[in-house]
Amino acid sequence: MSDAVHSHGHHDDHHDDHSHGSFGSYMIGFGLSVILTAIPFWLVMTGVLNDPQLTGVVIMGFAAVQMVVHMIYFLHMNTRLEGGWSFMALMLTIVLVVIVLSGSLWVMYHLNNNMMPHADMSAMQQMSEMP
Amino acid sequence: MSSATATMEPRAYHLPEEPHLHEGHSTNLGFWMYLMSDCLIFAILFATYAVLGGSYAGGPGPKDLFDLPLIALNTAMLLFSSITYGFAMLAMEKNRISATQGWLFVTLLFGGAFLFIELYEFSHLIHEGAGPQRSAFLSSFFTLVGTHGLHVTFGSIWLITLMVQVARKGLIPANKRRLMCLSMFWHFLDVIWIGVFTFVYLLGVLR
Repeated sequence: MSDAVHSHGHHDDHHDDHSHGSFGSYMIGFGLSVILTAIPFWLVMTGVLNDPQLTGVVIMGFAAVQMVVHMIYFLHMNTRLEGGWSFMALMLTIVLVVIVLSGSLWVMYHLNNNMMPHADMSAMQQMSEMP
Repeated sequence: MSSATATMEPRAYHLPEEPHLHEGHSTNLGFWMYLMSDCLIFAILFATYAVLGGSYAGGPGPKDLFDLPLIALNTAMLLFSSITYGFAMLAMEKNRISATQGWLFVTLLFGGAFLFIELYEFSHLIHEGAGPQRSAFLSSFFTLVGTHGLHVTFGSIWLITLMVQVARKGLIPANKRRLMCLSMFWHFLDVIWIGVFTFVYLLGVLR
């Protein structure tokens, strides 16, 4: 038992440079995420904004903010964790995610547009006139 | 020569002391790397859904299929399970075994409720003829949401395993480390769910 207590103390002193959060920080995170979840659902279910495009942009903004809130209050992410390596890995992942998402959408959108049989009839005619 | 070296510090050609790294010193970082790679899996599935999500093949679209109040309930379940896992971690730090176990059990109930609602939704869709084979939209939908559900399922199995471990061995450092990893996994799944309910359900109904 004393061994467990000792190594726990050691753990706290040297390695565990990040906090597990407190009751207060968990409740702040929970409160924020409830608000940030409820507002997008409310916006979409009632259609208050009367503009699907605007609503879409707003709820994506809420999602981004809520992800940051969860990262800080639930995953206890900060720039000093593990000597900054966790944060570096997170940044690299975000860059890769952005490339994968935007790249796929960009390429496939243009592919769809140019491959549609009747998307652009003049282009099709030019194609068929070619020898 | 000899007088010069005598005043200098004795040169050591070995490390004076081995760096003592305690067991599990790199677990948090390693597990974080795993989560980031898992994040890339979800990024690919999100990208697939974004590309295929508009191809209904003449079948039903998100507006006909998605039941937002049910999704809101589902989201609430996952959110509650996140905060109760947080309480389990706070109890763990105070070395209170029964409180830790209690909060873990509550987390398991919320996770189970989430899975139950999700399976209900899936079976409902399949009974309506909107199964994964109906259209590219539904294939990518079931793959993305199903992969998240599978993660929650394995997280729940892991949670049960750790409850048994804590019951048998108590809150030893190894178990605390494992609970910490599952905490990261559980909260990470909640972050992914934010993306799912926003991009799949809410934006789908808007489209």
